[in-house]
Amino acid sequence: MDTNIEKKADQATPAAAQPAAPKPAAPKSAPAPSYNLTVSVSPHVHSAESTRSIMLDVLIALMPALIGACFFFGMRALTLTAVSAAGCVFFEWVYRKAMKLDCTVGDCSAIVTGVLLAFVCPVTTPYWTILIGDAFAILLVKQLFGGIGQNFMNPALAARAFMFSWAVIMTTWVVPGTAVSVFGANADATTAATALSYMHTGALPDGISLSSLFTGFAGGCLGETSAMLLLIGGVYLVLRKVISPRIPLVYIATVAVLTFLFPQGNDRLVWMGYQLFGGGLMLGAIFMATDYVTSPVTKNGQLIYAIGCGLITVFIRYFGSYAEGVSYSILLMNACVFLFDKLGRPQRFGVLKTKKEGER
Amino acid sequence: MGVVRPFRLRPVGPHSRQSETEVNLMAHAFFGGVHPKDMKAMSCDKAIEVFPAPKQVVIPMSQHIGAPCKPLVKKGDTVTVGQKIGDNAGMCVPVHASVSGTVLAVEPRPYTGGTDVMSVVIENDFQDTLCPEIAPRQSIESLSSDELTGIIHEAGIAGMGGAQFPTHVKISSGIGKVDTIIVNSAECEPYITADDRLMREMPEKVIAGLNVIKKIFGLDKAYIGIEDNKPQAAAALNAAKSDADGIEVCVLHTRYPQGAEKQLIQAVTDRQVPPGGLPASVGCAVFNVATVKAVYDAVYLGMPLVKRVVTVTGSAMKDTRNYMTPIGTPFQALVDAAGGFATDPYKVLTGGPMMGIAQHTLTVPVIKGTNAVTCFSQQDNIEVANPHCIRCGKCVGVCPMHLMPLMMFRSERKGDVENLDALHILDCIECGSCAYTCPAGIHLVQSFKIAKQKLKDAQAAAKA
Ligand code: SF4
Ligand code: SF4
Repeated sequence: MDTNIEKKADQATPAAAQPAAPKPAAPKSAPAPSYNLTVSVSPHVHSAESTRSIMLDVLIALMPALIGACFFFGMRALTLTAVSAAGCVFFEWVYRKAMKLDCTVGDCSAIVTGVLLAFVCPVTTPYWTILIGDAFAILLVKQLFGGIGQNFMNPALAARAFMFSWAVIMTTWVVPGTAVSVFGANADATTAATALSYMHTGALPDGISLSSLFTGFAGGCLGETSAMLLLIGGVYLVLRKVISPRIPLVYIATVAVLTFLFPQGNDRLVWMGYQLFGGGLMLGAIFMATDYVTSPVTKNGQLIYAIGCGLITVFIRYFGSYAEGVSYSILLMNACVFLFDKLGRPQRFGVLKTKKEGER
Repeated sequence: MGVVRPFRLRPVGPHSRQSETEVNLMAHAFFGGVHPKDMKAMSCDKAIEVFPAPKQVVIPMSQHIGAPCKPLVKKGDTVTVGQKIGDNAGMCVPVHASVSGTVLAVEPRPYTGGTDVMSVVIENDFQDTLCPEIAPRQSIESLSSDELTGIIHEAGIAGMGGAQFPTHVKISSGIGKVDTIIVNSAECEPYITADDRLMREMPEKVIAGLNVIKKIFGLDKAYIGIEDNKPQAAAALNAAKSDADGIEVCVLHTRYPQGAEKQLIQAVTDRQVPPGGLPASVGCAVFNVATVKAVYDAVYLGMPLVKRVVTVTGSAMKDTRNYMTPIGTPFQALVDAAGGFATDPYKVLTGGPMMGIAQHTLTVPVIKGTNAVTCFSQQDNIEVANPHCIRCGKCVGVCPMHLMPLMMFRSERKGDVENLDALHILDCIECGSCAYTCPAGIHLVQSFKIAKQKLKDAQAAAKA
């Protein structure tokens, strides 16, 4: 491996690197001991962070919500998540192997996709359905575009949209507290209405308190119900500097402002609260919209992107045919990331703003 | 230590509106940057030792940016310490013998820049015979700016922070344009402590050298930019200066690459050097602290630049040192004198780990810009097999030149030269902040070096 690096380095810096061939003119008086020195281009130190450490941090941040889900919906939450993660890893491994590409399973990004996909499905989703979703996410959305870093849509969200081909499966919500059986099908599940489905009709949800929405004791997708536990994960990610709070904060703030300004029902604040905690907003804003690959890399680009996510989320919730707009808004914005990065490009060093425009 | 205080200076002159958003918010800081472990504790308490005379020195004829010197001596000649052994017309800085003895050879030898360059090899006679022309000056009051600049030129001084730009050119091209002199004492590269020790042990020489530079420019104020991880050095400088000197020691929050010229100017004055511009275009001139001390030696002692402080450090070393080293001392001699390797070296760098150049042999000599010899063992291997960009954007967030490294990398891979230009790749100062931080472990700087070459080739081809 070392020799490869040396070769690369030689080509890299025409003036800086020479093959480590012993020079005939080496001084005779000081017979230089020869060492096997590696020549590579600077820098020669690296931060402790790696793709793998970042993905592991994301997984850690998702744990509170997963534990919560087991508490709300029973152990099937855990088994479904595990099956989904294993499925993603398997499909990634198979594809990379079949295409004779380097194996990228070790970076743990497939596990994150698998867990996130499980989080946006109802806990009653049959295992076969989620495995199809895994295959779609990994093979079609991620690997077909070249693997990690190359896809332009969030794999988990794209797979979820695809899985709506089984609309009944994807909209069966169990009443929290029902321990869904780990093995059986979902026949015995009692369906519950979600807060959003009430609000979609323009009314405040009946019998679902705001506090139960916040803690997560409510109907909804496996991992999205508990705003509180997701926020804990979000704070962890921000503290670990895995994500910047910019996208989640701006996204949530945009939704908050819009729903506050245009409430339905009597109490603006309560309406806003239900909108913030009643659907997939927290999961989407903290874990989906911040997906590195499918979000802008520039500060200003991230601002536009997050505002756009918020606008479209509210728009769909108010006027769309679906009750929930988080995943579609993020997918839509994913497709525009390229544009946002162009718009958000940092000011060139040493050039006045006004001058730059004149220059163009 | 009481005198050390955080520095604040209001933007002055026509440049004050240069910086808008980022810069004004965090006044007196540059944008981006990283915090690598500074590792300076390994060697910062080692006082500067005079290097035990090397048996042989290899003095390259090109230790500066510009035309290489032509050797003035030939095989068999006897030389004395400080004797000029190479010079040339044009933008050139002469070189001097750093030991007395006999010229063994005049031939190309490997040096730290990578390729072989014409060098004069001198066998030390251990007599330390001083060149008869060297004589201290009693007073410099009567000397004009031109005369002083001439002395600096003759003393062979080129920027000692690594870039090796001829100091006399920087001065003569800056007179009239420069209103702010800044001494670069940031030493932001990890591991290196050469400047730190220099400031702690010879602050009065730094101050005196700076007063000479002020006199040449006809200015009565100057700033010394130093990072807050060197409080003793800052205190020593503050103690050594008098109020009449008009010198301000600016203590800056430690962050890499504070010592990059454009970033230091931004941190101290809040001005941004325009793309492709020189510091003089925003009224600044920056001198490395070791260069300033060399100016003192040249002007007051009449001593040309034949020695410099070099830190010998790194995980492969048994022990660390700060040596006052004759120019031309082979790295191997430095390593041996410092106690040798504890483990097999994996990489040997000239300079620090962020921008230092990896060497393929230890026969290369210390030159004017060598501030450290950093020897890494295998534990510092940071190679990642098959890195894939995950678009995390961290590289964009740390780039002090406001560039988009991931896009530049992608364009270089695609060979999209036009886009490389549109991304302003030539603004890249190769500081390595992006590659340091990239979680995927991509060789970004390597890619940019290739890309710049491609772009320059394409531009040259377009002109032809
Ligand atoms: S792109 Fe160049 S200037 Fe920017 S961080 Fe990377 S090496 Fe430094
Ligand atoms: S830091 Fe590395 S992985 Fe992240 S966007 Fe930049 S090049 Fe890609």
